[in-house]
Amino acid sequence: MSATAEKQNATEARIAGLNLQTDGWSASTRSDAVARLRAMGLPERRDEYWKFTRPDALTQADAPQAALFDAGEAALFEGTDTLSVVFDDGVFNADASDPLAMDHLSIERLAGAGADIHWAKGVYGVLEARGQTPVPRPLATLNTAFATDGVLIHVTGKAPKPISLVYNHSDEASDAILHHVIKLDAGAELTVLENGPAAARFNKVMEVDIADTATFHHVRAQGRDHERRAATHLFARLGTESTFKSFTLTVNGRLTRNECVIELTGDDAIAHVAGACVGDGDFHHDDTVFITHDAERCESRQVFKKVLRNGAVGVFQGKILVKAGAQKTDGYQISQSLLLDGDSEFLAKPELEIYADDVVCSHGSTSGAIDEEALFYLRSRGVPEALATDLLTLAFLAEAVEEIEDEGLRDVIVDRLEGWLERHRG
Amino acid sequence: MLNIRNLHVKLEEEDKQILKGVDLSVEAGKVHAIMGPNGSGKSTLSYVLSGKDGYEVTDGTAHLGDIDLLDIEPEERAAAGLFLAFQYPVEIPGVGNMTFLRTAVNAQRKARGEDEMSAAEFLKVVRARARELKIDADMLKRPVNVGFSGGEKKRNEILQMAMLEPKMCILDETDSGLDVDAMKLVAEGVNALRNEGRGFLVITHYQRLLDHIKPDVVHIMADGRIVKTGGPELALEVENNGYADILAEVA
Repeated sequence: MSATAEKQNATEARIAGLNLQTDGWSASTRSDAVARLRAMGLPERRDEYWKFTRPDALTQADAPQAALFDAGEAALFEGTDTLSVVFDDGVFNADASDPLAMDHLSIERLAGAGADIHWAKGVYGVLEARGQTPVPRPLATLNTAFATDGVLIHVTGKAPKPISLVYNHSDEASDAILHHVIKLDAGAELTVLENGPAAARFNKVMEVDIADTATFHHVRAQGRDHERRAATHLFARLGTESTFKSFTLTVNGRLTRNECVIELTGDDAIAHVAGACVGDGDFHHDDTVFITHDAERCESRQVFKKVLRNGAVGVFQGKILVKAGAQKTDGYQISQSLLLDGDSEFLAKPELEIYADDVVCSHGSTSGAIDEEALFYLRSRGVPEALATDLLTLAFLAEAVEEIEDEGLRDVIVDRLEGWLERHRG
Repeated sequence: MLNIRNLHVKLEEEDKQILKGVDLSVEAGKVHAIMGPNGSGKSTLSYVLSGKDGYEVTDGTAHLGDIDLLDIEPEERAAAGLFLAFQYPVEIPGVGNMTFLRTAVNAQRKARGEDEMSAAEFLKVVRARARELKIDADMLKRPVNVGFSGGEKKRNEILQMAMLEPKMCILDETDSGLDVDAMKLVAEGVNALRNEGRGFLVITHYQRLLDHIKPDVVHIMADGRIVKTGGPELALEVENNGYADILAEVA
């Protein structure tokens, strides 16, 4: 595959100002990534995979500015006991971070890891490269080539507390590229939290390699800056009887594209990916998910809920690919939008591609408004209309939010959703 | 307590007059029943009083005490003390029954300028009330009316009534879809709430509910009007002879 001249030019313009690291353990992976990127070119609006989301702002040479936003509230997971790693506009903040040490795991910075880290070399850019077939994801390849920092976490047992990645935004023109690599050995367990606006423009990749019987939980909140833009990729590879559960809350943001690419390679593995987003006005949110079943008796669930008002746009592209031999696959996919007015829009492209003959796969996609009967019922009991609408909106989001297993983390997310709904009443 | 004068109501979407001059007064401490054939306007009356969309009042008034009901929002009517037990209680997936009850109780208290009920106090009261209605802890935890049987839904309505302690209760065909045992349970729940300060308007097709909730006054409604008013014996007359005789008599 080779990119058109137009794409080549756009790609060269984008990478001209970026610094390619030529020493250290990741150098060869990075130069390979540059070659791969040049071959495919950055996405443009005519690409089928970008039919519903204009990639321009994500691919242009300079990041569009994003005004800073003071949320006026405590950081999201502040009440949770975590090991916190802080990045300001993509730059590691040692003073604000906890010491990078915890039982049953090693954690290092991508930028600091000068030594030859064998385990990381086996994952960094590897899952990303695997995720390029059958659909190219050039922004992730760009990230592998030019990521400036990130964390490398190798988990050997049950981590005693979550690792919290905090992304602050304090520069209106910041353009951050972070790349995290997480490897869980057999039986290991880890929860990773992510939170914050990150930068004016944020390109982030997280690769998670989950060995047999290991468990990975991920709870992410993208908020609350209105003008931020982000393209994120989450690549996961699952071994036998392993578990992967990821939930993302997105509030505000001019443009967010979250891609999640999951490969079930061992039998009896479980992968759940869920998202709740709320947008009011200039808001475009795209969830693009690709789950490949390549082993027997695996379960995958995709649950995406979007609340949209005042012209906000929601996109869902979700695919379940069941390879020949992936018998007894249990796949579920639901994407729904609650349109709080007539100006908002939800674009969905659910896909199933199945080559095994003994599988259960279901998918559904709906768009709807607040249920008037339920609204009247609540009001007839004395619940004011605005509060009743909030209750019904939270109820709509519940199926996605309930994918968060940890009750404490779930409460934190529900609390934030309540706050947002209260501020954005019609 | 509840005073309805010359109430005329049409459907908002089409030119169809449903209520054609309803006059009705329910005094505090009394139970009034409205009976009538299908399509006589009984349920419309209950919806209009509680403020459902889709109806247009073309003439007449409805007051709860001094409050002009037709001038305020459904939630304000509820806070003023009006309660409608729905014929078809609505299922609300994702909203826990307990959350719903507590939100409603506290929203009404707030609207009336009263202190909100604490979580502990609320829990104590709701458990006691639920026990009387044979509503178990599981039903309280589940989403509002989701997966409830017909009888459970109606008991849940009465539980809401018991928690909200309204001044004026309207029961819209609460007996529909209930077997005899369930009806007794619901009737006991209603009877437990009868007191001097509270009025009831019981809408029903059949006399049998009125065996359990004894009315003081019975009204017959037909074609959008109250056509006859009498004592409990009027309900028995309907039970024995149907509506035809009465309607022929007033025609």
